[in-house]
Amino acid sequence: MLKTIRIIVSVLLFSTITFYFLDFSGVLPRFAGILPKLQFIPALLGLSIVTLAVLLTLTLLFGRAYCSSICPLGVFQDIISWFAKKTAKKKKRFKFNKAKTVLRWSMLALGMIAHQVGVTFLWGLLDPYSAFGRVATHVFKPIYVAGNNLLATIFTHFGNYTFYVIDNSILSVSTLLIALLTVAIVGLTAWKGGRTFCNTICPVGTFLGLLSKVSLFKVRIDADKCNRCSACAAKCKSSCIDSAGQTVDNSRCVVCFNCLGSCKKDALHFGLPAKKAAKTITDEPDASKRQFLASALVTAVAIPTALAEDKTKFISNKSAYTRQTPISPPGSLSAEHLLKHCTSCHLCISKCPTKVLKPAFMEYGIGGVMQPMMFFEKGFCNFDCTICSDICPNNALVHLTEEQKHTTQMGRVVFNQDICVVHTEGTNCGACAEHCPTQAVTMVPYKDGLTAPQTNPDICVGCGGCEFICPVRPYRAIFVEGNRVHQTAERIEEGKEQVLEFDDFGF
Amino acid sequence: MDRRDFLKAAAVAGAALTLKMNGGMDIMSQTVRNAQTGDSVDLVAVMGGEADAMFQRAIAEMGGMGKFVKKGNKVAIKPNIGWDKSPELAGNTNPKLISAITQACFAAGASEVTVFDHTCDDWVACYKNSGIEAAAKAAGAKVMPAHEETYYREISLPQGKKLKRSKVHGAILDSDVWINVPILKHHGGANLSISMKNYMGLVWDRRIFHSTDLQQCIADICTMSKKPALCIVDAYRVLKTNGPRGKSASDVVLSKALFMSQDMVAADTSAARFFNQIREMPIEHVAHIANGESLKLGTMDIDKLNVKRIRM
Repeated sequence: MLKTIRIIVSVLLFSTITFYFLDFSGVLPRFAGILPKLQFIPALLGLSIVTLAVLLTLTLLFGRAYCSSICPLGVFQDIISWFAKKTAKKKKRFKFNKAKTVLRWSMLALGMIAHQVGVTFLWGLLDPYSAFGRVATHVFKPIYVAGNNLLATIFTHFGNYTFYVIDNSILSVSTLLIALLTVAIVGLTAWKGGRTFCNTICPVGTFLGLLSKVSLFKVRIDADKCNRCSACAAKCKSSCIDSAGQTVDNSRCVVCFNCLGSCKKDALHFGLPAKKAAKTITDEPDASKRQFLASALVTAVAIPTALAEDKTKFISNKSAYTRQTPISPPGSLSAEHLLKHCTSCHLCISKCPTKVLKPAFMEYGIGGVMQPMMFFEKGFCNFDCTICSDICPNNALVHLTEEQKHTTQMGRVVFNQDICVVHTEGTNCGACAEHCPTQAVTMVPYKDGLTAPQTNPDICVGCGGCEFICPVRPYRAIFVEGNRVHQTAERIEEGKEQVLEFDDFGF
Repeated sequence: MDRRDFLKAAAVAGAALTLKMNGGMDIMSQTVRNAQTGDSVDLVAVMGGEADAMFQRAIAEMGGMGKFVKKGNKVAIKPNIGWDKSPELAGNTNPKLISAITQACFAAGASEVTVFDHTCDDWVACYKNSGIEAAAKAAGAKVMPAHEETYYREISLPQGKKLKRSKVHGAILDSDVWINVPILKHHGGANLSISMKNYMGLVWDRRIFHSTDLQQCIADICTMSKKPALCIVDAYRVLKTNGPRGKSASDVVLSKALFMSQDMVAADTSAARFFNQIREMPIEHVAHIANGESLKLGTMDIDKLNVKRIRM
């Protein structure tokens, strides 16, 4: 019964949050957006007190229910593990493993220290929700979009425009590789050993595990009934039931309830403490395994870093002008604020309707690798749109109202008259001014009835409309230079419509 | 089916296609006469009414939509839906006008009406917030996306001076008849945006227009062989400054006018002259209109045309 409830809740939450990442056309109702906001590390970094209180209370009452049902990466592993079981030739059995306590706490400590010293990149790699978000955005979504585009092509052919084609190009090769590696590593460990990731690498698992040790409701073994048959341990995807010792390591138990039905002797139950206290277990970590995992982690972190350095050199050699300061998304307040709060779940990147966000490489420095950054190759930031700041679960993008967005200056326009079409060709253009929502670029009389761009950076919001549309290549005649700390643009005066009556048509 | 059958079928289909093309050409070349008086009408200018009512008056003067849309025709309507703006801000064609034109097309026997534009802002937001998607759908039209290159096909422009090829939206290429429905706006680049400038929403790559003589490229794209059956210029609200996007309601003038002609150069000339009553804008600065005249797309000499002026 408990297991059935757990499975229903998990499948429901998992499919909703996954589809929320994929859903570009707004099929899901708005309240689906609550699911990312229920995630632990985002709530911690965003100081969402209510979410934290709910999750901590939940854990103190029922153990790691967060890991069991709310965390999408957790449920993802269960699905992989379930497939492994279904497709296995011989019956798949789990068996008890000793806790990797030192490894677990080292990972948690490493992540926290990295975050404190500004290498949020690592914290973002470890956070299970963000890891899943990147997988959903960079691995699942392209597949979903490919399917959509196929349908769109077929339907459009028959004059039905219910489906429409969506751009499906790769935004960032490095992030795609990280997402693929995440799927590979987490998928493989889940295939082989269930919730291994959750009880070795995952910092949330480690922290909630500490609380779940003292949770009110737990899976408990009645030593009097138990005959140490280990049927329960064979079902335990966390490998945390030691039937020989008749103990459950509740710090690793993700309250999946798979064990409960397996006991022929009815020795297992989920509930309040029985009269006899369960034995506590002793941690005796396996030194060689620990060393292996630690060195593997160091390698995993070091390799992308090494690759990253190469790529930067390449970029700066190639371009005569590059943006000096990256443009951080609306609501990010400053690159520093983003760095402190963003774990790169890429929900904003997935949801941006104009595809103006992509994962940074080294633009923010090593600590901000994968964090969202504005780019204007595919579009520009819609003046009235506040979606990214509405949905960010970390408060890395602080919620903006439409009015606040209109005066949030993410960057300032820079105009290079020397290569502008109007000046070099002596023909009309005005594409930049046309796209400018505030007329920070405006066309002023130049000569022979021509008009040429003139800029006023003080009213510029840095949306990138001008940079996006400027036809000059290879370097554009107009671009946006980022503000390291977002500024306030001067407000546009709201006037009134003029009503005119005419005596004549004018011809 | 053997090869002979196939070839026969192909020949019949080819012949049918030719017939259809001829039908289209007939519509283009016919003179329009007023239903009551029998006078020929080249241009109708209306003022003082609501957008839909002014259209209904104008189309009646032109002899009714049945002159342009035949039974079973596939019609494409091309409004300006360039910006994520509400109708009051005059960035886009009036949705009531699009609704009225769609209804008139169906009343004339159109089998299908398709509405689209290659927007500048996010197309989903533009279609929605302009009110055009809802208005068109309510009138029975199909609203087609235009935000990806796959919706466009390349055509050649043998008469074009600088623009020789362009990718044009399939809805136009596949239509029997299309209707050009711009809104009259100030434009920072082209100086005015009317019927000819509205062609830029038919094409995929607009940067090439801007980088290779905008005013000539606009005229060049208008030389494409499939001409609009009608140009209907929405001047119910006019964007007088900061166009084509505008930044606030202070850029907008409520002027309640509409211009209709089969001749895009004449339609644009009349609208430009009307605009000059709101704000000075020398028509020679809107160089694409004169460029269009030299490419024989129509006449700027509207004083010599049969103009029907209506005040409602």
